[in-house]
Amino acid sequence: MDHLSKLENQSIYILREAQNKFDRLAMLWSIGKDSTVLLWLARKAFFGHVPFPLVHVDTTYKIPSMIEYRDRLCKEWNLKLVVGRNDEVLKSGVTYPGGKATRVECCGTLKKDALKQILDKHRFTGVIVGVRRDEEPTRAKERYFSPRDKNMEWNVDDQPPEFWDQFKTDFAPGAHVRIHPLLHWTELNVWEYIERENIPVIPLYFANGAGERYRSLGCHPCTSPIKSHARTVAEIIAELRLTKTPERSGRAQDKESEDAFEKLRRDGYM
Amino acid sequence: MPDQLKIVIVGHVDHGKSTLIGRLFHDTGALPEGKLEQLQKAADRRGAPFEWANLMDALQSERDQNITIDTAQIWFRTPARQYVIIDAPGHKEFLKNMITGAASAEAALLLIDAHEGIQENSRRHGYLLNLLGIRQIAVLVNKMDLENHRENRFRQIEAEFRQWLSSIGVVPKIFIPISARHGDNIAAKSPNMPWWQGPTVLEMLDEFNASESLDGLPLRFPIQDIYRFDHRRILAGRVESGVINVGDRLVFSPASKASTVKTIERWNAPVSDRAVAGESIGITLTEQIFVERGAIAALQTAPPYELTQFKARVFWLGRQPFLPGKKYKLKLATQEAQCQIESVDKVIDASSLEPVPGNCKERGVGRYEVGELTLRTRRPIAFDAAAEIPPTGRFVIVDGFDVSGGGIIADGNYPRRTHDSHHRSDNIYWSRGKVTPGQRETRNGHRGCVLWLTGLSGSGKSTIATELERELFNLGRHVYILDGDNMRHGLCSDLGFSHKDRTENIRRIGEVAKLFADAGVICITAFISPYLADRDLVRSILPADTFIEVYVNAPVSVCEQRDPKGLYAKARSGQIKNFTGVSAPYEPPLRPEIELHTDSSTAAECVASVLDFLACTVPPYRF
Ligand SMILES: Nc1nc2c(ncn2[C@@H]2O[C@H](COP(=O)(O)OP(=O)(O)O)[C@@H](O)[C@H]2O)c(=O)[nH]1
Repeated sequence: MDHLSKLENQSIYILREAQNKFDRLAMLWSIGKDSTVLLWLARKAFFGHVPFPLVHVDTTYKIPSMIEYRDRLCKEWNLKLVVGRNDEVLKSGVTYPGGKATRVECCGTLKKDALKQILDKHRFTGVIVGVRRDEEPTRAKERYFSPRDKNMEWNVDDQPPEFWDQFKTDFAPGAHVRIHPLLHWTELNVWEYIERENIPVIPLYFANGAGERYRSLGCHPCTSPIKSHARTVAEIIAELRLTKTPERSGRAQDKESEDAFEKLRRDGYM
Repeated sequence: MPDQLKIVIVGHVDHGKSTLIGRLFHDTGALPEGKLEQLQKAADRRGAPFEWANLMDALQSERDQNITIDTAQIWFRTPARQYVIIDAPGHKEFLKNMITGAASAEAALLLIDAHEGIQENSRRHGYLLNLLGIRQIAVLVNKMDLENHRENRFRQIEAEFRQWLSSIGVVPKIFIPISARHGDNIAAKSPNMPWWQGPTVLEMLDEFNASESLDGLPLRFPIQDIYRFDHRRILAGRVESGVINVGDRLVFSPASKASTVKTIERWNAPVSDRAVAGESIGITLTEQIFVERGAIAALQTAPPYELTQFKARVFWLGRQPFLPGKKYKLKLATQEAQCQIESVDKVIDASSLEPVPGNCKERGVGRYEVGELTLRTRRPIAFDAAAEIPPTGRFVIVDGFDVSGGGIIADGNYPRRTHDSHHRSDNIYWSRGKVTPGQRETRNGHRGCVLWLTGLSGSGKSTIATELERELFNLGRHVYILDGDNMRHGLCSDLGFSHKDRTENIRRIGEVAKLFADAGVICITAFISPYLADRDLVRSILPADTFIEVYVNAPVSVCEQRDPKGLYAKARSGQIKNFTGVSAPYEPPLRPEIELHTDSSTAAECVASVLDFLACTVPPYRF
C-alpha cells in the first residue's frame, strides 16, 4: 500500500471511531485545505455522506470568497452547517481590526470563545479538527483523541497514552474530546492527496497574476499571501518539496510572542 | 511518493537521545547552511559549550527566522528514503509518551551510554518495545569517546545486553558503537574505531524494512460500525490481517454467525473485489444476519478464539494499581467488555525482570510494572494469541475514564469454542435502600423493555420469539419469553376466549411484562393480541420507550397455508369460533416500532432486524 493510502486508511479509521463513540459529534470546517481534505475523508469513511454537522466559526473577517466557496460546497455535498460567531465582542468592537485588541486576544474571543459558545449550545462532546503535527511545535504534542476539560483546557503535560489505535473515548461529564484524524499528515501529503483525489480547494491557494498566493488561510487582517508562482496543485507540490519556510509564516498571530500560540492552544484554540 | 519509515529513539535519560537526533538532523543535511556555525558561535559568546541536544530547541525558538522544525516529530532523509522520528523524547522521561510514540514506530534505536552502561530504563524500554510489538531494534552504544573508543568495552556491553534481551525473547538487529556528540559512525565511519567493520547508523537505518504486511495471516476484520446508507446495510471496518474477497464465506465471532461477502464498498476509489490488511472498507452480505460493532469476521477455516478467559501480560500505566476484584473495561480491536483479574501469576519489574516484593494477589500490578495474569471477561470475546495475530492479540484496559494499561495475550491451550454458558457473577453490590433502574441497568449492561410481538396465528411470532431469545441470551442480555400456554394454565386459568376475557388476558400479560421490564429483563411476548385498544393499553402502562411493538406481518392466505397447528382448517369448518383472521377481526398496528414481513424475509433476517433496532437506536436502547 502506498504512503498516501496508508494515511487515508488511518484517518478513515479514526473518523469512524469518532462517529461510533460520540453521540454529539461535529467537525470544524475552516474552509482551508486541511479541513476540506478532512471533509473529503469523512465522505470516504461514510460512503459519500457526512453524518455529522460542520461547525464554521465565522469571525466576519474571513476573506469573502471563502464564504462563497463554503456555501457552494454545502449545497453540492449536502452538508449540514452550523455557524458560530461571537456577536457580543463583534458589536463591542474589542477586536484587532477594531484596534482594541491584540491579534492573540482577537483570536481568543472571535475564534476560541465563539467555538466554546457553539459547542456549549449544541452540547457537542466530540469535535473533529484538522490539525497536523507538522504545523507548529505545540501541535506536535497532540494525540488523535485529545480530551479538553470543562473550560476547554488542554493539559499538554499529562496526556493520555495512545497506542494500538485504542483511543480515549471515555471522559468525565462536561469534558469534550478533540479528534484529529489528520495528525500524521504533512502539508505536502495534504497537497499530494488533493492532487490524487482531485479535491476542489479554494482558489486563494493558487498564485494570482501578481505572483502571490495564500499558503494558509485565516482572517484577512492577519493573513498575508506569500510570493509564489504556483498556479496548480502540481506546482504547489513542486514548490513545497523545496521550501524551508514554515507553513504558517503568513499567519501574524503566531508571531506575537513565542508562547502566545501555545497558550492559546492550551486554552482551547483549534 | 518516497518511501517513509517511522523510527523511535529510546534509552535511559542522558544516554544521548536528543544528541543523536540533532546529529542525525545535521548529518543528513536537513540543517540550513551556516546555521550550525551560528549556533556554535552563540554558545561561545555565552561561554557555554555547544550541545547537540539543544539544537532542536534552539531551532524551534528561532523558527520565526524561517526554519521548519518541530521538536516532537522530525523528518530527515537519506538517499534511500525519508525518516520520521516520532515523539522524540524531551528532557523528562514520560513512559506514557514513550509508549505512545513507540507503538506506532516501525523500528527503534535503543541508546546505551558506554560509560554508564546498562541502566534501568535501557532494560525497561527494551522490554516495552518488545511488548508493543516492535521487532526491529538496533542498539547503539553511545559516548564511545568516554571509553577511549575501546572495542572491549563495546563488546562487554553488547554481550551483557544481548543476553538480557534474549531472556525476554528479543533478538536485536545489530549493536553499533557510536559517539553521537562527535559524529562517529553516524553518517560516516569513525576513524577512531577502525576495528568497527559494521555499518554506520544511517547505513543500518536504510536496511530496516518498512513494517511488514499482515496480508499473509488469517483474515481478521473487526466490525467498527454498521451503516445504513442509500438502502444498503454496510458493515464498516478495517482489515487488520489477511485478505477479504467478494464471495468469501465469513464467520462472525463471538456467536459464530455466518454469511457471505456480497460487495466490498469504497467511496471514490477504484472498484475492487478484494481488500488487504490495513484497508478501511465496508462490506455488504448476501444473507442479512445480526452483527454489531465488536464482532470479528474471519474465514470459517481459521476463526479466532471465543472465550471469557485468557492469559496475558499487562503493563500498567495507571496512577492507581491494577487490582484483583475490581472491574475494568477491556478494549480489544473494536470489542469492549467488562473484565477483571481472575488470578495473578506474578508481577515483575520490567527493568530487572525480578518479581516485585509483596503479595501480588493483594497489591495487584503497580504503575510501570508488568503483570502475568489471567483475565476474565463478563461475556465471551473473540481474540488471538499475540504471537500469532498481533492486532487481535492485544488490548488495553480502561480504568474509569483512562486507558491505564496495555496487554498482549499469551499463547495458551485455549479451546476453540465456548458453549452458551451462564457466567458466574461474583458481583458484590451493596445498595442503600431501593435499587434504582439505573443501578440495574449498569449491572445488566442494558435496560429492560417489552418486545411485544403481534400478528395472526401462523405469522411466525413464536419462531421469531424463540430465536430472538436465544440470540439475546448469547449476547449476554437478560431475556425471557412470556409463553401464552403457561399464562393460560396459571395466572389466567380463570379466563376464556370472549372479547372481554381476551382483553383481560392481554391486560394481565401486560402487567406481568411490565414487572419483568422493571426488573431489567428484555421481556418478549408472542400473542396474537388482535385489538388495537388492548395493545395500546399495555403501551400506556409501560414507561415511555419501553414498549416495542413488533408487527409480525404475513397475509392470512400465507398463514393459512402454513397452518402449523391445523387451526385454520378447524376455524374454516366451524370447529373453532372467533378465530382471528377468519371469524374474528385482526386490527394491525398503526405505528409499530418494527414491522416484519415473514412472507418475504427469512426468520433469521427478521430476528436480525429486531436486534438491529435494539442495538442501533441510540439511547434509550443502548444494549
Ligand atoms: N562524551 C559524549 N557525550 C555525549 C555523547 N552523546 C551525548 N553526550 C552528552 O550526554 C548528555 C546527555 O545527552 P542528551 O542527548 O541530552 O540525552 P537524552 O536525555 O538521552 O536525550 C549531554 O551533555 C550530551 O552532550 C557522546 O557521544 N559523547
